[in-house]
Amino acid sequence: MPQIFHHSTNFISRMSIYGAVLIIGGLGYALYAIALSPWYTEQNVAREQPVPFSHRHHAGELGIDCRYCHTSVEKSSFAGLPPTHTCMSCHSQIWTNAGMLEPVRASYRDDVSLSWTRVNALPDFVYFDHSIHVNKGVGCTTCHGPIAEMPLTYRAGTLYMSWCLDCHRQPEKYVRPKSEVFNPYYKPPANQLQLGKQLVKEYKIQSLQNCSTCHR
Amino acid sequence: MDPEGSQNTLGGQRQDLILEPGHTLATVTDKISSIVLTRGTTKGWMLGFGAAFSLLMLFNVAVAYLLVKGVGIWGINIPIGWAFAITNFVWWIGIGHAGTLISAILLLLHQKWRTSINRFAEAMTLFAVACAGMFPLLHMGRPWLFFYMTPYPNPMWMWPQFRSPLVWDVFAVSTYATVSLLFWFVGLIPDLATLRDRARNRAAQIVYGVLAMGWRGSAVHWSRYETASLLLAGLATPLVVSVHTVVSFDFSIALVPGWHSTIFPPYFVAGAIYSGFAMVLTLAIPIRKYYKLEDLITMRHLDLMGKVMLATGLIVAYGYMMETFIAFYSGNSFDRYMIMNRMAGPYKYVYWLLILCNIVIPQSLWSKKVRRSVLGLFIISLVVNVGMWLERFVIIVVSLHREYVPSKWDMYYPTRWDWATYVGTIGLFLTLFYLFLRFVPMISIVEVRSLVHETEKEQGS
Repeated sequence: MPQIFHHSTNFISRMSIYGAVLIIGGLGYALYAIALSPWYTEQNVAREQPVPFSHRHHAGELGIDCRYCHTSVEKSSFAGLPPTHTCMSCHSQIWTNAGMLEPVRASYRDDVSLSWTRVNALPDFVYFDHSIHVNKGVGCTTCHGPIAEMPLTYRAGTLYMSWCLDCHRQPEKYVRPKSEVFNPYYKPPANQLQLGKQLVKEYKIQSLQNCSTCHR
Repeated sequence: MDPEGSQNTLGGQRQDLILEPGHTLATVTDKISSIVLTRGTTKGWMLGFGAAFSLLMLFNVAVAYLLVKGVGIWGINIPIGWAFAITNFVWWIGIGHAGTLISAILLLLHQKWRTSINRFAEAMTLFAVACAGMFPLLHMGRPWLFFYMTPYPNPMWMWPQFRSPLVWDVFAVSTYATVSLLFWFVGLIPDLATLRDRARNRAAQIVYGVLAMGWRGSAVHWSRYETASLLLAGLATPLVVSVHTVVSFDFSIALVPGWHSTIFPPYFVAGAIYSGFAMVLTLAIPIRKYYKLEDLITMRHLDLMGKVMLATGLIVAYGYMMETFIAFYSGNSFDRYMIMNRMAGPYKYVYWLLILCNIVIPQSLWSKKVRRSVLGLFIISLVVNVGMWLERFVIIVVSLHREYVPSKWDMYYPTRWDWATYVGTIGLFLTLFYLFLRFVPMISIVEVRSLVHETEKEQGS
């Protein structure tokens, strides 16, 4: 009876045992790497906007307070996007002829809102409230990153649940004095943990980790 | 009585053998391998496979519609959130247990009569577990997120709730499926090599050749094969007990009257083996008839399986009795109401039908005449299959529909989609089984050959 398989089959079948382990392991790693990659999470990827608004210029170089535009951040779950009127409070006076700002003027003229692309949008099954965070000493830049250094706005975090839980489990690592919440250049002190623990106590910050805290 | 089946005569009366005389090593190999290799696809097989496959298509329709619409197409509600899905899950998982018991425990106990039924009983286990697995997955509503149930590093920092028996279930059932598959496959290797060597068709040679993993039947191969079989039998043995124990924890850990009971683990395991042997009989009787395997699956096998069913059925009956007794003995009004509701509530017919199927009718197995009647055994095995399904229905639906607070009492009525999904998994099971019968030797050639060797020795002495 002739041989069914060539002699090399022995080698191939032995190697396939190791190969299977490597392939399955590699596949698992690849999936994990993709899930964490900016390509998937859009972390650090600037989004295209109707007007190339620069936070670096406005919040950094000019030093405009966050709340000048995001008016409801201390009182509401939503920080608020400014109406065109807010833009025009300055731009009716300066750069009135800049071509870049034409969509803003058009919006004001025609009474049609600018439709910005949301950069940090949480899914609908997550309840998030800006006011409680801001009022308990969580600074803007803690979540939104170095906003005063962003010429075009990008998402600074992955928005994964681990990213939320990181702070919810150990708020002392991130909390800052309330007076510094809107300071875009705030740098945590060397004794952050010590200060953080003290602030957690002072502001009565609870480490809320129940599912229903956010998934209501 | 000596279970080895070696005795030919006892008090002058001819006893059944576990292998009819006249077989040699060659005839055994011929007979079993020819079913796969030379007999080809018969009309009867096509007919059965076609019927099974249509049911499988029904399952596909039911699942597709479920994925589009959600679990609302089933009759479930609050408080009866589990109903058919979990009833079917427990039923299928239980059926699988006979395969493991036959292949593992009976192997370790040197019960020779297991040899000609273990292969297809193990296959039955695998396919039953596959069917069982469908239900928790489909019941999730979003089955594509099933991996949330496993602990794996993830960017949500989510971890399964290890205090929940539902998570234990995931581990119990997946371990069970893995060990069963390995055990089945390792046992198949020498037979696959036989098929490879006897096949004349090139494709069959290659497929069986790859699956036989280079088996040449050398002494080293045999020694490793024996060791691996023993080790796997050792691994599978605790699974016979543990898997259904964990399944019973799904209920007994909860506080629902009718669930919260310490008798559940042993009573579930006995019930599982009971239904499993019933299913082995349901499958074995038509198979031995159609493929003319009466000399390999003898009356003695059927008789012994009838006895196992009788014994486990009595344990189950004890379980029912204890449930009723404790409900009154405990003095707990909710437990007492639960039993009264089972016996006289809106689902009372289901309960009494269950008692009839699981306890009353199987008592006829005491009679040797019934155990030796092929038709009688076949009917009883079907009755027990139905009974064990009803048992799970009673435990799940009838307990849930009237819990503590009357304001959350409700009724459950299965919808056509409940039935379609359930009948559909029977289609899945039978489809897989038909493929198994057609492409894999349904009886272990190797083990029956060793049986020939031993019976020859005994008859010679």
